[in-house]
Amino acid sequence: MLNGVEHELAIRLRGVVKRYGPITAVDHLDLDVPLGTCVGLLGPNGAGKSTTMRLLTAQSIADEGELEVLGFRLPEESKMARAQSGVTPQLDNLDTTLTVEQNLLVFAHLYRIARADRRAAIERALEMAMLGDRRASRVDKLSGGMRRRLLIARALIHRPRLVLLDEPTVGLDPQVRQGIWALIDALRSEGTTILMSTHYIEEAQRLADTVLIMSHGSAVASGSPSDLVLEHAGREVLEVYGQPARLAEVEAQAKGEGLQTRGTGTSISILNVDGATSFPAGERRAANLEDVFVLLTGEEIT
Amino acid sequence: MAARDTGAPRLGRLERSALTGVLVREIVNFSSFWRSSTFSSTVEPTIYFLAFGFGFGSLVSRIGGYDYVDFVATGTVATAVLFSSAFPAMFGTFVKYQFQRTYDAILAAPVDTEELVTAEALWIATRAGVYGCMPMVVGIAFGLDLSWGMLVVPLIAWIAGFGWACFGIMIAGYAKSFENFNYVVSAVLTPLFLVAGTFFPLDNLPGWAQFLANFNPLHHLVELVRHAVFGWEGLEDLARLGALLAFGFVLWRIAIRAMTQKLVD
Repeated sequence: MLNGVEHELAIRLRGVVKRYGPITAVDHLDLDVPLGTCVGLLGPNGAGKSTTMRLLTAQSIADEGELEVLGFRLPEESKMARAQSGVTPQLDNLDTTLTVEQNLLVFAHLYRIARADRRAAIERALEMAMLGDRRASRVDKLSGGMRRRLLIARALIHRPRLVLLDEPTVGLDPQVRQGIWALIDALRSEGTTILMSTHYIEEAQRLADTVLIMSHGSAVASGSPSDLVLEHAGREVLEVYGQPARLAEVEAQAKGEGLQTRGTGTSISILNVDGATSFPAGERRAANLEDVFVLLTGEEIT
Repeated sequence: MAARDTGAPRLGRLERSALTGVLVREIVNFSSFWRSSTFSSTVEPTIYFLAFGFGFGSLVSRIGGYDYVDFVATGTVATAVLFSSAFPAMFGTFVKYQFQRTYDAILAAPVDTEELVTAEALWIATRAGVYGCMPMVVGIAFGLDLSWGMLVVPLIAWIAGFGWACFGIMIAGYAKSFENFNYVVSAVLTPLFLVAGTFFPLDNLPGWAQFLANFNPLHHLVELVRHAVFGWEGLEDLARLGALLAFGFVLWRIAIRAMTQKLVD
């Protein structure tokens, strides 16, 4: 369990492996997503996040391991799980020559919404996506943010118990991203279970109850964002700026005292300096999830 | 602990609601491009009919016991079926999975590849059933006599269209790029199209070519349509119908397999 607590699980993965020839995209992954929570898969491009998402819809079949979604074993019972899930893909796959409303209508059918409920479901989705006044617009006439909102609304049209969001704000400008976050936050507060992959630190920190950090297909850490930061980077980080020779000197000193460091190009960050006073002058700042990620994976998130 | 909803209905294979969902998508989409699609699917075979029917028809008045214009009007039904099924299936399927990622979206919903391929083929077959009749309708305008058998031509065209749609989907499933289609069009479809008995009877071809024609679904389609219009040939037509049904069934299963390999990794 991610938090060591027994919850009813929406997603349960054990020892899942997915290989593409010589490349292992997902490597013995364990993942628990309790019902009613938002779990963020955080990792750089190529960490295995999107493959994990595809495994959960049985669009990829695992080579090893056990997968359960909403209590249904995958891939055998995937169709049942998909009937109660909604998926927002990383790449826009809306029907661009159709209108907003037509896109929703198609998915109302695909998700088997009864004829009597279809109109209300479409109206609710339009409202959620704030696209009521653009219902008759062709999708190729919408902005990137509108299309992303429509993708999310399309995934929610049948009121799924579980929503899979694959990089929901990738490529969007900060203002639009805030709007998408508000939409996800509203969903979260309604109790919908969310599994969201992202490579944006702020997104994971702000939206996820639990974060699973992935690197090279494996989970390297999991926990709430604040617990992860506290456990791995402490409360404070000291950033020291200077010439490369000076930074090397500081790094050697920190390592000599058993502290971990993180190079950031023009500076060096010393983690877990809470209370330590023996270091040269630098800027003290609150530790964050990015410090944890770089520490655990050795990779900078871009 | 599993979070299974025990009250959820069990979903099986080839469900009507899944097929309907995919068909609704096709129909809604079709509403945005039906004009161009109808134009190309009807005008092209009609031009073949007019060019051959009246071009060659001025040199050859009767062939195989029929007026040449009538011979071509019924034969080009197969051309129209081919053009409105195999080609859109090949190109449309490839575009939908490779560029538009439409199938990724559909397969994230409770629809499996078998249902997706089946619904796509059913829709294309329906269009082929309608468009396939256009040369015959034009032929009627140019003097082809009406007959009761003409009423079953859309059904024959639909059955053949289903097989050719599955053929196109299968090719798209195995193709790595658009360029691969060139080989299929040149090496498979063009020979089958020319040696189907559309523009000339196969009786004067060498024995081996006549034998091979038995494996050409277009030839069976051409013959079935002619016999429907001019008079049934009994068991021979049943055998030809069986051949078209077998063609459709086998290609349907192969198309599902090809697309499953393509869409599920």
